[in-house]
Amino acid sequence: MSVALLDIRRGGPGEAPRRQRYEVPFEPGRSVLDGLRWIREHEDPSLAMRYACLNANACKECMMLLDGAVIYACTARLEEREMRLDPLPNKPLLRDLATSIAPPDERPPEPARPAPAP
Amino acid sequence: MTEAMPGVRGQGAAGHIETDVLVIGAGGAGLYAAIEAARSGARALVIDRSLIGRGGATVMAQMTVAAAIGTEQPDDWRDHWRDTLAAGRGLCDARLARLLCEDGVEVIREMDRWKVGWARHADGRIRQAFAPGHDRPRCVYVDFLSTGPAVSRTLRTQAQRQEGVQRMGEMLVTDLVVSDGAVQGVVALDLAHGVPVTIAAGATIIATGGLTRLYRRNSASANMAGDGYALALRAGAALIDMEFVQFFPIGHLAPRMVGMDPIMWDPFRYKLGGRLLNGVREEFVDRYGSTDSGKYVTTRDLATYAITKEVAAGRGSPAGGAWLSFEHVPEAVLRENFGPVIDRLAANGIDLTKTAIEVAPIAHYHMGGIRVDTSMSTGLPGLYAAGEAVGGANGANRLSGNAITEALAFGRVAGREAARFAKGGIAWDAAKAADGVALARAAGPARPGWNPAAGFARLQDIMSDLVGPFRTEAGLAEAASRLSALAAELGEVPPGPPLPHDLARADWFDLRAALLVAETVILSATERRESRGAHQREDYPGLDPAWETNQVLTLDGGALRLAQRAVVKEAA
Repeated sequence: MSVALLDIRRGGPGEAPRRQRYEVPFEPGRSVLDGLRWIREHEDPSLAMRYACLNANACKECMMLLDGAVIYACTARLEEREMRLDPLPNKPLLRDLATSIAPPDERPPEPARPAPAP
Repeated sequence: MTEAMPGVRGQGAAGHIETDVLVIGAGGAGLYAAIEAARSGARALVIDRSLIGRGGATVMAQMTVAAAIGTEQPDDWRDHWRDTLAAGRGLCDARLARLLCEDGVEVIREMDRWKVGWARHADGRIRQAFAPGHDRPRCVYVDFLSTGPAVSRTLRTQAQRQEGVQRMGEMLVTDLVVSDGAVQGVVALDLAHGVPVTIAAGATIIATGGLTRLYRRNSASANMAGDGYALALRAGAALIDMEFVQFFPIGHLAPRMVGMDPIMWDPFRYKLGGRLLNGVREEFVDRYGSTDSGKYVTTRDLATYAITKEVAAGRGSPAGGAWLSFEHVPEAVLRENFGPVIDRLAANGIDLTKTAIEVAPIAHYHMGGIRVDTSMSTGLPGLYAAGEAVGGANGANRLSGNAITEALAFGRVAGREAARFAKGGIAWDAAKAADGVALARAAGPARPGWNPAAGFARLQDIMSDLVGPFRTEAGLAEAASRLSALAAELGEVPPGPPLPHDLARADWFDLRAALLVAETVILSATERRESRGAHQREDYPGLDPAWETNQVLTLDGGALRLAQRAVVKEAA
């Protein structure tokens, strides 16, 4: 079986970043987002990335870095090679590949944090 | 930060927000509702589980928006109304259908004033395309295949400009808060931070769209999993016509494309006709009681039936659908009509002058939904619905072009009526929200090996295989039994502590909602022992006049209750 090897940055803000590699089945024409959704369904549902419209490139949510360049995961094609995926570097990190991309006045309010122990 | 945001204040561990009108869902219906509520003097908060104005189904619309504005040729909303009722195969709520057609004219004109960019003739008249089921050209659109993005962008801009509208994305509503039968607001999971938030509202509008994500092949976004139906049902509201799921007959099947909407071939057919062919390259739709030679006149239910039957008879295309051919259309004509889309097709390796593509039915829209009156009230004090989330206007089959019109027209009514109701003030009984808050933040035991994303995929497979456009009693019973096994696996509490952008947790809540909604579809489809519009029973072929009745569902002590209700035939 031919595979694409996705090398993904995992973790949230304040955590030591770690990289995790997944083999996903390669079929010509599939997108990187197809690969990420395959991982969630078959290997690891905890993987975080943004998407809403699946394939139409209408929601524009699935921006991330592929080998250092900004892509839409729904239009970038899977390839039979190692592909390195990182979250957008210039947006606040939520977790894994998901970043906070909404305009500041459309984000949920910052939750109140418990007071630090004296 | 909270001081700068009207209506937001801190409250202990779970954040708490207050607003006059809360709108759940920021597609066409939700944004229009929020704008209209604010214009009516209310503070409106519109929330979405995704980003504002980018999720839902509206942004996915490719082309047609039906309204009798009469710029292509003389037209009247009554003619649009008549076509809508005919397409609905006897089951439309005539009052809701009338509202769609009559108010639709005004909202389409308002969208034009807001500079949505409806395509125009050289002399400035708005273009209207012909779509199947309409008696004349009636559908406005934005070139090229940009109707949905243009409508979403325009409404988002208006919502930004409108004083009194606050917008907030990444909020997944998990429960409505009900006290003495009245809806006081919601419990939501703030997906960005992984924390529960409560929102008290004078009135709440559900504008969450339909249930197309219940099917593996669907044309809407990942957000359309029937969650609004489940919220309404659990709060005590009624659902109607749940058996009627519209399958869009010519969803893209092969070759695999990226960056394109699977329903993109509809506009090609509107503008260029095209030929629908079976696996042996014969035209076939005429065998099923319609014609399809070059003109696009066949309604969606009939075309879905014809393609599925042809595939079942062994005459499908290689990937299991039908061929759609524009090979006879010259390149220059393709470019004139679709400009940059032709380049996007080329990037996918598709040259329409040389190859046909394969298409097959795909879940597209849900005619059923939350039962409302003409003020979009659910009957529960404080709870309204709008857009595709509403059932009844389109009966057993929706006419092409009616979805965006419905979203905008119903959104406007819901916003106005909710603002009026919210003048009664905000009530909040925190104790009634406690269970919902506890569930949203619950950290159930880790369950290695159980995958909620895989669980949702299983639900999609069951629904696609057994509760698609063609149903049998045995198949529906099999689906019910498999879904109840899946429900048993779901458990009472989502596993693990909530994390930022926790898709697995969202999947758990989505699956909880989808299992309940799937049950309503199966129960209604099992009971309706006839074939009508989008509901086709292999074991009860043909329309039975005795079944010209709506089915209404409520939740009673945890059990679904199904009742028949006479169709509302006259406009009030």
